[in-house]
Amino acid sequence: MSESSSKDGFSVSRRTFLKSFGTTAAVAATAQVEAVAAELDKVNKEKIVGPDAVPITLQVNGKAIKLTVEPRVTLLDAMRNMTQFTGNKEVCDRATCGACSMFVDDKLVYSCSMLAIEAQGKKVTTIEGLGQPGNLSPVQAAFVEQDALMCGYCTPGFVMSVTALLRKNPKPTEADVRHACSGNLCRCGTYPRILQAALKAAGVTKISKTEVIPYGNVA
Amino acid sequence: MATWPEKPTYISSHHTRIDGPLKVSGAAKYPSDMQPDGWLYGMILRSKWAAAKVTKINLDPALKVPGIKAAVLAPAVEERQKAGSDVTLRYYGEEIAGVAGTSKQACLDALKAIQVEATELPFAVREEDAKADDAPRVWEDAPNLSKFSVRETGTVDQAFSECSAVVEGFYTTPVQIHNPLETHGNTVSWTDDGITCWASTQGVSGVRDDLSHGLGVPASQVRVISDFMGGGFGGKFGPITEGVIAGLLSKAAKAPVRLMLTRFDEALAVGNRPSSFQKIKLGAKEDGTLHAFEFENYGTAGIGAGGSTAGGGSGLALRAPYIYTVPNTRVKQAGVAVNAGSARAFRAPSCPPSSFGMESIMDDLAVKMNIDPVEFRLKNDNRTPGWEIRQKEYKIGAEKFGWKEKYKKPGSSQGIVKTGIGCAGSAWGGGGRGSQAEVEIHPDGSVEIRCGTQDLGTGTKTYMALIGADIFGLKPEQITVRIGDTRFPPSGGSGGSSTSPSVSPAILDACTNALKVLQDQTGVADARGENWSGACKKLGVNPLVAQGRWQQGLSSQNTGGVQFAEVDVDTETGFVKVKKVLVVQDGGLILSRLTCESILNGGVIMGMGYALYEERVMDRNSGVMLNPNFETYKLTGLGDVPEIEIVFFDMPERGVIGIGEPSTIPTAAAIANAVANAIGVRVSSLPITPQRVLAALGKDKLSVA
Repeated sequence: MSESSSKDGFSVSRRTFLKSFGTTAAVAATAQVEAVAAELDKVNKEKIVGPDAVPITLQVNGKAIKLTVEPRVTLLDAMRNMTQFTGNKEVCDRATCGACSMFVDDKLVYSCSMLAIEAQGKKVTTIEGLGQPGNLSPVQAAFVEQDALMCGYCTPGFVMSVTALLRKNPKPTEADVRHACSGNLCRCGTYPRILQAALKAAGVTKISKTEVIPYGNVA
Repeated sequence: MATWPEKPTYISSHHTRIDGPLKVSGAAKYPSDMQPDGWLYGMILRSKWAAAKVTKINLDPALKVPGIKAAVLAPAVEERQKAGSDVTLRYYGEEIAGVAGTSKQACLDALKAIQVEATELPFAVREEDAKADDAPRVWEDAPNLSKFSVRETGTVDQAFSECSAVVEGFYTTPVQIHNPLETHGNTVSWTDDGITCWASTQGVSGVRDDLSHGLGVPASQVRVISDFMGGGFGGKFGPITEGVIAGLLSKAAKAPVRLMLTRFDEALAVGNRPSSFQKIKLGAKEDGTLHAFEFENYGTAGIGAGGSTAGGGSGLALRAPYIYTVPNTRVKQAGVAVNAGSARAFRAPSCPPSSFGMESIMDDLAVKMNIDPVEFRLKNDNRTPGWEIRQKEYKIGAEKFGWKEKYKKPGSSQGIVKTGIGCAGSAWGGGGRGSQAEVEIHPDGSVEIRCGTQDLGTGTKTYMALIGADIFGLKPEQITVRIGDTRFPPSGGSGGSSTSPSVSPAILDACTNALKVLQDQTGVADARGENWSGACKKLGVNPLVAQGRWQQGLSSQNTGGVQFAEVDVDTETGFVKVKKVLVVQDGGLILSRLTCESILNGGVIMGMGYALYEERVMDRNSGVMLNPNFETYKLTGLGDVPEIEIVFFDMPERGVIGIGEPSTIPTAAAIANAVANAIGVRVSSLPITPQRVLAALGKDKLSVA
């Protein structure tokens, strides 16, 4: 999220700079005081954004969307409240549950913890961008097949996390899946089936142990 | 009369969830996703005091915030103000006012702008503080601790003297928060034509009635829709305060208002499972039959535990002696009010805490008497409905689990990480009745089944389609299922595991009736399967509509279930790792195996959270809940989940029985017993945190247990 300076000169580069300033400053204290001061000066001349709403353009699921947002609006809020992309959910709104997970430039992020203005110039993919009924992605199809969902509210986030895992690691182990989903929460308790769905989507099968005993056969 | 098909193709199959594709792709629209034209964002201002007398509320500054279209007082506050009586706030998080505006950010600013002046009052947020005689009263007109109700059978004191072994213990369980992932809330549109409410609810009909009553609009002009909803677990019935506030805001702003609670609000104000503090004494005769039982319990349902609200339905009073037969019993129970949000029904109300207390002392007594815990249960579980099934389940389960080979004397496991096993049983009614349904068959062969129920993620829509498919000889994909709308035939709320036994007979009846009408009307003797499309064409212009209703004999009640757990306990860190849970469960006729298995998995996982992680923590000095979020209120995660093995007892002859609740009942007790078996001492309070494990092992000298 905090890589490189932005091309548009919005506050993202300034935040990023100030974030790294701490470490830079320690070195600078002895040698590069003037250089740092000059850099800081340059940053301060950049365009300040807000607090009023500003027009932005986001690339969401391959579409350009023009919005007017206050700089404090998160990417999640922008999607859920200003576009029709409500598939990703707001659950905790503080980076603990993963229901809002989206791809931003192919990197998985908690969209509740990224500002909408920070997503400018980047490629945003929501759950709707992975696949739709009739044309589901392999991970989505595996979730349906293995019943890796109940109420469905955490599901988009888990689908995102598993998709991110399989892009990096096409043949994960059970432990890899547990680790990859450690930033997602489910309250219905669909976890065992999520594990199965992830492995299934990767072509690894795991059989659930369910047995049906006809009552008449019970001694 | 309709009967269940003898050789169904889809009923009892592993057919996938029919709304799965919508849910995995974000195409399913939940109440929190609604964006009707001109919709506004809504939020609620809550008390920042644990107890206070409000002297002034000024909403005007909120209305001056750019983007804000309406600000209203919470109905209870307004009512008291109008009556000229004191406005007393009784817990941190109680509703004061609501605002609606064009953005979440405008609402956040408006909440800050509202002026509230109040005099702080003394409060008590912890049970042990609140029950003291001189504790500040939550309700002025009554002491916090209610009178103990006493129930006595036999001659208890004498009976204890006749026992060959007696154990005593003090077992406690915490307040648990429902935490459905979609918070409580609604999108409400109030126009001259009436009210439309998209509700995240377990009961569309209840929301309609409560909105009608709360907003003074005839029920006939209130429509409630809940096509999808993100979890309830017992806490999402009526629209409660937040729904009424959304309605008032919609009226004032003349625009639809979407008001979903924040995660923070969710933890404070919309329900929880009551705590329990169980002092138990249990004795058995030499042959291992239970003989005497003494039980004294109190717990809190928040402000609902005393005074003018009852906390009814939340399961404050426990089942004692749970599912066991004891001839001589004395049971004393009370509730203690504290300054915290009121309890509500929570998945199997009263059962998980009852199970934890009683199953714990059962094992403690079995150990003292040197009887195998499974044998001890077989001997004494012989009265509560489902007991015959449980007896068989224990035998099958013990064999599958390898109980006899694995069971060792408590604490005898070698090494730093000790292994232990435990078991526990459950009983649940799971019956339901009264649903109505209708089927519409169109001349083009398409079919709609409609019922005013709702799907909490349990698979209601799916089994409706499976039933229709079997009766009409079609595929489930050919059936359109419509639920979650008060315009459909009434069904009632989804609680008590009553939905499937109430809904499925109505669907079967409606489908059976529709098929008969289709055949009679078109003269096609058997319109099913390949004849379907031809028969439907003969309907002509108008579709056919047929009704159905619940009937006796297609569903029943009283399930039995047992669970076995195996854990590893690290005696240096206190960490408990659940390795395996085996579920043996009766569910009568299983309509949809895949979704049913998911429910059982979910019950175990929620029970694990209750056993090991979940606890509302109140700060006695500030009166504030300290963990209203997911980083400090811990839910079970994928990394924690053990191997879960499920064995179903197939009993289709019993008809459909609801099993949403029973699988969460015995899990915590089975895990707690496994922990005690591993380390040789009892951790008698839930959740079983590493700190409590170390304290039980005497390794926690520095901290306060």
